[in-house]
Amino acid sequence: MTGTTLPADLTRATAAGLAQALAAREVSAVEVAQAHLDRIAAVDGTRDADGVATGKAVHAFLHVCAENALADAKAVDDARAAGQTLPVLAGVPIAVKDVMATRGLPTTCGSRILQGWVPPYDATVVANIRAARMVVLGKTNMDEFAMGSSTEHSAYGPTRNPWDLDRIPGGSGGGSAASLAAFETPLATGTDTGGSIRQPASVTGTVGVKPTYGAVSRYGLVALASSLDQAGPCARTVLDTALLHQVMAGHDPMDSTSLTGEYPDVVAAARAGATGSLDGVTVGVVRELSGDGYQAGVLRRFEESLAVLTEAGAKVVEVSCPSFAVALAAYYLILPSEASSNLAKFDAMRYGLRVEPGGVAAPTAEQVMGATRAAGFGDEVKRRIILGTYALSSGYYDAYYGSAQKVRTLIQRDFAAAFGQADVLVSPTSPTTAFPLGDKLENPLAMYLQDVATIPANLAGVPGMSLPSGLADEDGLPVGLQILAPAGADDRLYRVGGALEAILTARWGGSVLDRVPDLSAALATAANGATR
Amino acid sequence: MTVTDTTEAVLAYDDVVAAYDPVLGLEVHVELNTATKMFCGCPTGFGAEPNTQVCPVCLGLPGALPVLNARGLESAIRIGLALNCEIATWCRFARKNYFYPDMPKNFQTSQYDEPIAFNGFLDVELDDGSTFRVEIERAHMEEDTGKSTHVGGSTGRIHGADHSLVDYNRAGIPLIEIVTKPVEGAGERAPEIARAYVSALRDLLRALGVSDVRMEQGSLRCDANLSLRAKVPGTAPGSAEQRAVPLGTRSETKNVNSLRSVERAVRYEMTRHAARLAAGLRIVQETRHWHEDTGITTSGREKSDAEDYRYFPEPDLVPMSPDPAWVDELRGTLPEPPPQRRRRLQADWGFADLEMRDLVNAGAVELVEATVAAGAAPAAARKWWSGELARRANADGVELAAMPVTPAQVAALQGLVDAGTLTDSLARQVLEGVLAGEGEPADVVESRGLRVVSDDGALGAAVDQAIADNPDVADKVRSGKVAAVGALVGAVMKQMRGQADAAKVKALLTERLAPADSTTDVTTS
Repeated sequence: MTGTTLPADLTRATAAGLAQALAAREVSAVEVAQAHLDRIAAVDGTRDADGVATGKAVHAFLHVCAENALADAKAVDDARAAGQTLPVLAGVPIAVKDVMATRGLPTTCGSRILQGWVPPYDATVVANIRAARMVVLGKTNMDEFAMGSSTEHSAYGPTRNPWDLDRIPGGSGGGSAASLAAFETPLATGTDTGGSIRQPASVTGTVGVKPTYGAVSRYGLVALASSLDQAGPCARTVLDTALLHQVMAGHDPMDSTSLTGEYPDVVAAARAGATGSLDGVTVGVVRELSGDGYQAGVLRRFEESLAVLTEAGAKVVEVSCPSFAVALAAYYLILPSEASSNLAKFDAMRYGLRVEPGGVAAPTAEQVMGATRAAGFGDEVKRRIILGTYALSSGYYDAYYGSAQKVRTLIQRDFAAAFGQADVLVSPTSPTTAFPLGDKLENPLAMYLQDVATIPANLAGVPGMSLPSGLADEDGLPVGLQILAPAGADDRLYRVGGALEAILTARWGGSVLDRVPDLSAALATAANGATR
Repeated sequence: MTVTDTTEAVLAYDDVVAAYDPVLGLEVHVELNTATKMFCGCPTGFGAEPNTQVCPVCLGLPGALPVLNARGLESAIRIGLALNCEIATWCRFARKNYFYPDMPKNFQTSQYDEPIAFNGFLDVELDDGSTFRVEIERAHMEEDTGKSTHVGGSTGRIHGADHSLVDYNRAGIPLIEIVTKPVEGAGERAPEIARAYVSALRDLLRALGVSDVRMEQGSLRCDANLSLRAKVPGTAPGSAEQRAVPLGTRSETKNVNSLRSVERAVRYEMTRHAARLAAGLRIVQETRHWHEDTGITTSGREKSDAEDYRYFPEPDLVPMSPDPAWVDELRGTLPEPPPQRRRRLQADWGFADLEMRDLVNAGAVELVEATVAAGAAPAAARKWWSGELARRANADGVELAAMPVTPAQVAALQGLVDAGTLTDSLARQVLEGVLAGEGEPADVVESRGLRVVSDDGALGAAVDQAIADNPDVADKVRSGKVAAVGALVGAVMKQMRGQADAAKVKALLTERLAPADSTTDVTTS
């Protein structure tokens, strides 16, 4: 194999490029890790003793494990020097969403209630990443317990969007998405319960995939809504996403809902898509997922993407999924119901925060539980626990949780009908580009609407991808395109996404992320502003 | 709410049953004896150091997920089949949500409206030999909670305790909860029927081999629900007129840890309810705590219908649909029903009803059966297990089956007695050696030198010595007072340190002390 050409700045390289150069020993894993740690030090900003973000910076990471990362990188270099053949992504850095249990590394889920908790075990996804000899750089910020679309619900302060530090990076996985857009890491993990991988990808100009429910083990992911949660890969290119997808996915006997049987080869699909041909592919446009409520610039980029798909040889048809209209409502019954039960374990009895109630001499266990949960959970978490507790109450169960499950069945039927007409479905990922920090904090419903296009996939368990479709004319911010495929056909996302990416980047003369403003300039301005 | 530990008024039992019709509801929790827990691979052994048999799953650590123990499901189905239940073709687990420190997740993974087994019955034999059918509502799978120990209070209960300790070794142990339908028509026999039901269930579960069924260790736990309603005069307890009377308010008595307690607790609750009703007071729907020592119940937490567990299907586990062929296969593994088996064995062995019942109550039927199978006569096998061994087990406070002697050893011991190698008294000494771990009965006979002395020379010398040492007694015998020979037998046995056959000694003495003119052939024994 001839030598690969890596950019002078290693943080601008793709994971695929790094993997190749590392395998060829053109660059060491320690050099790669150090470059990314330096970048994090330069742009991520600082946190106070309580873990809260200070000053204006990206703040994608809650915890950076530089020593571990360099040690892991060194071990990879040593193994390669000893002539060992290592897995494809060995030595490639990765950031892990803080919702995943990491042995020996703090895992807070962006919540006070888990401050200081260091899991004694690795999530299966994390174990897979370690087995692939990837270098974990740290844990990324998120809305508390993955509840939110902006990371503003993190107890440790929001992550800021590298495209504009005054805007949100999406959520809940805003930390992972921002870390990619800020070139702090080439790969990151996410979890997607209603859009937490795809919406952040959309508003940061990155790529994210929610695999088929059950394709990636949930063992070790701190559960939000068990029947909706699905972990997946985040990256800057379709191929990189596929490479990470391959590492994360697979049957896990520790997760009863884990899929058995054949897993599609997503890397091969991404490579096939990169040829730019979609001959014989039918793309369905979901009528209910565009139009009213969608930003004009978002719709324009979406129309453009449809034209590109046609150009690539795909047949574009319109499909209708009428039940999607009630998806959001059903989702906000199922999610809080399951979450209210999943979050009951945080009670100060065994781990995490413990708060003694004030003014009580000898508090009971119940009083300590109450005081801890009052102090340890943020408002959005409390809101959803209350909603879910109510929805599951005796006498209300059938009307709320029961009907929501029926809606779920209807949505699955809509998908089945749509996939009878088309191989994949497409829509804008998010109705808007990144909105300013604080814009929707006082209006939960407006925040919830961010996920209107992504939620149906979670309710039906089908896979979805978001990838950049350009920048909106009115604000110059990234717009995402969502691709949905039938359950188990995750490879179709990569085939179609790969083709779209190939054509669009050729047209733009490079990745959309090449147009992210120079962060060092933005940070310097912020710093000047702070001292002025 | 406050806890009242004061003794409540009770009504005389005869008066209770004259005026009221009791309705029982029995909930039995059985810990399965699977090697690992219900949803993780942790071991289930009893008595380990606290919090050493735990993992992220049974500790409910964030992110951990359950995986069903296939053996647990199998046991649940076998129990359901043995209780004549229908087996669900499709069912799920559900989460029962409530906060308590010994629940790692603050929800219990259980089954709610989709139990694995439902609509069955168990025929229960009563003391007079009659049979009472108890209908089974359901048998469902769930996980056990951790075990709380309340330290510093006088009662060992949470109220007044200084602090509490939780052992999560028990968290996640597979449980089957077996719930009866309301047991109507029991009348004055309600306490006996409650006890007999739990006893029959215990026998059945033991025969299935699915649980240790040790009430004292908590592997079988019974909650007894009781309510009273006005008796319809002139009708039998189970009459249609009586059944038409609405059920009264129930109490649920917990901590009933022995068969005897089940009977006593139900009887006590009947008298307590009746006294309240007779006084015009209402029955509080609540949990009652049984006190073995004082024989009363005290109020626990009030359990109103308003308590809301917010059940919903467990999304971390997949629905179960047991293959009908597998269920049929499991049906083929069911043991002979214990009552039927008892009748068969009793007939084979020729035991009286009382003898058989003693064996059953001592949990010795299987032991006797194995001893007989190893070659002992049934009567001899029964004598060992319900006599000497039962006495020693009782003295040591262990279950008969836990005694360190096997049925084969008991049979071998009896074989030595039958061969004349040991007397009964020597055999008890050999048993002591076996229980002390000195080896097989034959080894103990050798090592302790306990063989019956059959050397006529040594025995003859001892007989002569006894006659010489007790001339007065010898004269009495010679003069015809045959009964006096007993004292001489005792002297000989003492000299032989018990290792002689008493009948043979007596014969030798009688022979030597016979009047010269006797024609009686006293050597025959």
